[in-house]
Amino acid sequence: MSTSNVRTDGQAPVSARGQDSRSRRWPPVRVRRPGQRPNVIGGIGGFAWFFIIIIPIYYIVITSLRPQAGFYAGNQLVPPSNATLDQYVLVLKSDFLLYLANSVIVTVVSVVVTVFISIMAAYTIVRSRTRFVRSSFSLFLLGLAIPLPATIIPLFYMLTKAGLYDTLFALILPSIGFAIPLTVLILANFIRDVPNELFESMRVDGARNWRMLYSLVIPLSRPAIVTVSVYNALNVWNAFLFPLILTQSPDKRVLPLSLWTFQGQFTVNVPAVLAAVVLSTLPIFVLYIFGRRQLVSGMTAGFNK
Amino acid sequence: MVAPALVFFFVFAIIPLGIALYLSFTKWDAISDPVWVGLANWPKVLSDPVTINALVLSLKVIVISWVVQTPISLLLGVFTAGRQRYRAVLAAIFFLPLILSSAAIGIAFKAILEPNFGLAASFGLPFLKQDWLGNQELILYVVIFIIAWQFVPFHTLLYQGGVRQIPVSLYEAAEIDGAGRLRQFWSITLPQLRYTIVTSSTLMVVGSLTYFDVIFVLTAGVPSSGIRILPIDMYVTGFSANQMGEASVMAMILVVMGLLLALAMTRLTGFSKMASQQEGL
Repeated sequence: MSTSNVRTDGQAPVSARGQDSRSRRWPPVRVRRPGQRPNVIGGIGGFAWFFIIIIPIYYIVITSLRPQAGFYAGNQLVPPSNATLDQYVLVLKSDFLLYLANSVIVTVVSVVVTVFISIMAAYTIVRSRTRFVRSSFSLFLLGLAIPLPATIIPLFYMLTKAGLYDTLFALILPSIGFAIPLTVLILANFIRDVPNELFESMRVDGARNWRMLYSLVIPLSRPAIVTVSVYNALNVWNAFLFPLILTQSPDKRVLPLSLWTFQGQFTVNVPAVLAAVVLSTLPIFVLYIFGRRQLVSGMTAGFNK
Repeated sequence: MVAPALVFFFVFAIIPLGIALYLSFTKWDAISDPVWVGLANWPKVLSDPVTINALVLSLKVIVISWVVQTPISLLLGVFTAGRQRYRAVLAAIFFLPLILSSAAIGIAFKAILEPNFGLAASFGLPFLKQDWLGNQELILYVVIFIIAWQFVPFHTLLYQGGVRQIPVSLYEAAEIDGAGRLRQFWSITLPQLRYTIVTSSTLMVVGSLTYFDVIFVLTAGVPSSGIRILPIDMYVTGFSANQMGEASVMAMILVVMGLLLALAMTRLTGFSKMASQQEGL
């Protein structure tokens, strides 16, 4: 199926320099590698951190299974004897699926558009000979340092003026704007490593930009595309500030914002609020189980070179 | 073909900065049109004790977060870089907070820290039974802990990747020279991780400056003075008190601080993104 001979193991390296090849070579080349040695301090720290991470997560899950009545009676660490899914039903009945659909729409549209226009930009930046185009790379670099909360007031102003306030576009458009810099940088770094001869031989065959993009750049940068897609999807999916400020009506609500409103709505029903937390995390959790490698490498996209 | 990306980036990331600057010279209640007031907002905001308190709190969060998160992430990064099976399992669990949204984390910790029937009360340890979120002295440290809970996994990942890139030959040479494990850590691992440390620290510092979501959720949208850091102060001033002009001044302060911190972090350490990052090879 693969249209190219690049690695298709889904490892999604950020650079094509094969930084991870050592870890993927199995059986090991060397008998004794640093990673195989005991690390006492690390072990103690590792297990301590394990408890710090797992206890709150355990609490979220078991509490979400408690019945609302008297959920706080008794020790919170002991699993409930009368576990129930009532709270999940309650959350699902509270328009949860609508919020889920909104989240899916916003995330998918933002990521698809971001990746598509970023790959065009990255390809052009790498292949162009004009100074102006090449220097836009540094411009995107600068974009990484813009603190997102600082733009929320002007975005609110702009989107209200444009009549887009309280629409899903109000979430999608700025999400794309903020995702572009890092996406372009990662893709450009990746495309830079594509051998020039490949481009030249295609040019000799008479290929134009679009064809190059479609038959060469996109297939070859598939691992990087997966990585940036995962990274951007996670950011958009979990975003809170944009939805909080830029939308208002319940039918435009996305999941993280719905958690916030559930908290106001079910104030005394802590198990229901936590059931909403579990439900909102479930789609990503399923992805995490099936594609942990891509997800994990996607999350550090571009930073780990 | 670079145009669409540039247009989006300009319209939704660069132009807003210009508009924030413009709004900082106006009086605007978020409903009617902004009215030009010149420089009036700037001295007002900069001399406001609440803003100064927000600045101090922001700096505290930045410094303490860095001091707390860096050693933990470094330790866990080195630990999870190992190939043992149990370490891989632990790593898979460490990374779980990464898939939770900030809103989810805020809500969960609000429930956990509830003094009467939260989780903290269930351990049977008296000192855990505190009004963690109500106590103005404590809340800063509670938030710093939650930030660490949320972001240490990410920085652990960075360090894990960094450690795995260190050439094995360096350790072998050190071993032949008779260097012990700690010595190898100080003389090989740490220096080899210098770029990772810079990257991680820059992200950590700029990230702490712009921290918003969890604090907002944790304090149910009415943040108390003990945790009113800059972005929170900006939000409350702008969207709760409808003083968008003043809030825009704070937005500009955020931009300037963000840029300065990012520049300082990369300059001080002699690190440039454009430079080769092929560490030690």
